[in-house]
Amino acid sequence: MLDDTESYVTADGRTIGGVVLDLKSITLRFGGVEAIKNISFDIREGEIRAIIGPNGAGKSSMLNVISGFYVPQEGEVWFRGERRPQMKPYQVAQQGIARTFQNIALFEGMSVLDNVMTGRLNKMKTGLWSQALWKGKAEREENENREAVEKIIDFLEIQSIRKTPVGRLPYGLKKRVELARALAAEPTILLLDEPMAGMNVEEKEDMCRFILDVNDEFGTTIALIEHDMGVVMDLSDRVVVMDYGRKIGDGTPDEVRNNQDVIDAYLGVSHD
Amino acid sequence: MGADFYYTIEVILNGLMAGVLYALVALGFVLIFKASGIFNYAQGVMALFAALTLVGIMEGQVPFSHLINAVFGTQIHDFGWHIPALLAIILTMVVMVGFAWLVQKYIFRHLVGQEPIILFMATIGLAYFLEGVGDLMWGSDIKTLDVGLPQGASLWIEENTAFLGGDDFYGFFIDQLDVVAAIVAAILVAVLVIFSQYTKQGRAMRAVADDHQAALSVGISLNFIWVLVWSLAGFVALVAGIMWGAKSGVQFSLSLIALKALPVLMLGGFTSIPGAIVGGLIIGVGEKLFEYSVGPMIGGATENWFAYVLALLFLVFRPQGLFGEKIIERV
Repeated sequence: MLDDTESYVTADGRTIGGVVLDLKSITLRFGGVEAIKNISFDIREGEIRAIIGPNGAGKSSMLNVISGFYVPQEGEVWFRGERRPQMKPYQVAQQGIARTFQNIALFEGMSVLDNVMTGRLNKMKTGLWSQALWKGKAEREENENREAVEKIIDFLEIQSIRKTPVGRLPYGLKKRVELARALAAEPTILLLDEPMAGMNVEEKEDMCRFILDVNDEFGTTIALIEHDMGVVMDLSDRVVVMDYGRKIGDGTPDEVRNNQDVIDAYLGVSHD
Repeated sequence: MGADFYYTIEVILNGLMAGVLYALVALGFVLIFKASGIFNYAQGVMALFAALTLVGIMEGQVPFSHLINAVFGTQIHDFGWHIPALLAIILTMVVMVGFAWLVQKYIFRHLVGQEPIILFMATIGLAYFLEGVGDLMWGSDIKTLDVGLPQGASLWIEENTAFLGGDDFYGFFIDQLDVVAAIVAAILVAVLVIFSQYTKQGRAMRAVADDHQAALSVGISLNFIWVLVWSLAGFVALVAGIMWGAKSGVQFSLSLIALKALPVLMLGGFTSIPGAIVGGLIIGVGEKLFEYSVGPMIGGATENWFAYVLALLFLVFRPQGLFGEKIIERV
């Protein structure tokens, strides 16, 4: 068992650091329904952490708790070694946790470039007045941000649609633009809610490659929800398995694959 | 060229100037509607309130003096000082920002995610409330607003255009104030466009207008943006209030001009800043030209209804307005 601050090197040569996000005994209720029941797990710096489970297991709720969209009734969220007070989603984003959504939340009326630029809003420090009075500084900042954004656009291979309004793009590309916007914030942790849902095989392969490249090149910690088991097993360093709001497994893909509870949850077993 | 031709041009010019004032009010509607989906019925009253406050501050009136005098039996009415126009405008703007903050904190923050019709009803309530507060604070008498803008017919334009027409044409009759209003409106629009396209806050504003959830996920505080938007609308209301107030005095019928902004919006589209301007100009020119050409044949007073009929036609044939966003939907 590793210590919270210890780091290790994976088989493919990446260094996984200490715990960056620690969820302790999280319970989330909607009225009488317990969507998450006393779940604890951690995310280490630089790793790809998958959350899997059957439909309605509470995976998205978990992601919403991390990103501040839901407030759990019980439990604590520790970020970078400090207990996080209750926060609004925009404050969580400002802290360095970026996310994408299961059913895509983009600014449909804006171009791809503008969309990705909004990801940098928190990187812009120049205030309203200095923007009005000190044009040079604001311009320099805008250019710097623009450069960073262009790099990400190149990285995700969406140069050809830079000026296209997002509303006109097909689904697969929208997903990629959303990833670009999240990346533009240079997040400490990137949360991806079903990044490959509804994609064809080719698009899935592309997205897999991008996720691995992002993790590899920028060292971004990634937590993702995914249904495709093959994808999850290939991508992730560690996997949390949820079922009916409970955690039923946690470990490396191999450990999880051989876990009897997980097999039962996926293949079905008579509950008696 | 006959004098008739030049009269027609004069009518069009005057129509354009009147249209600028409509556009100023419509602008405030568009700003709020775009960013929060709220159709702000109170925009006209905000213009009135801003104008009242401006006059009150300039003349050193004691706010709520009637109320204070009635309760305490005192006889205070003003502080006895006069504040220069520019400073008074800045102070009024501070009041409008405070108003924006209060509106967001006590009304719309509690109505997030409600149906548009409920938000609309809230703004109707706000309109009557604000009208009452304005009355209570500054009194209901008609006030003259003089911030030093030039008034009256522009002799220069009249003299230099007199040669155009025949013997019975004395040159174009154009109010100087209207010219100023047109220039101010042009500057205002330029500033708003630059703000929304090129500043951080402007980009955040557009983001919020487009998708709340996505805006939150990139770290934008919705609350802050909404206060900002209401402040901007307050600023536009102040400008509109100054122009209308200088033209026809600060009186409570000022709030009714908001109604004329409705057909302007239907023409221009509810979500387009250029649309508000073009819509305002079309309505302004249209109603003046219609009154001039068709009016005498059907007994005149067409200006009261022409704008609404035009808007109705637009609703039938182009419901999103001239510049409104056509909703692209992938099926």
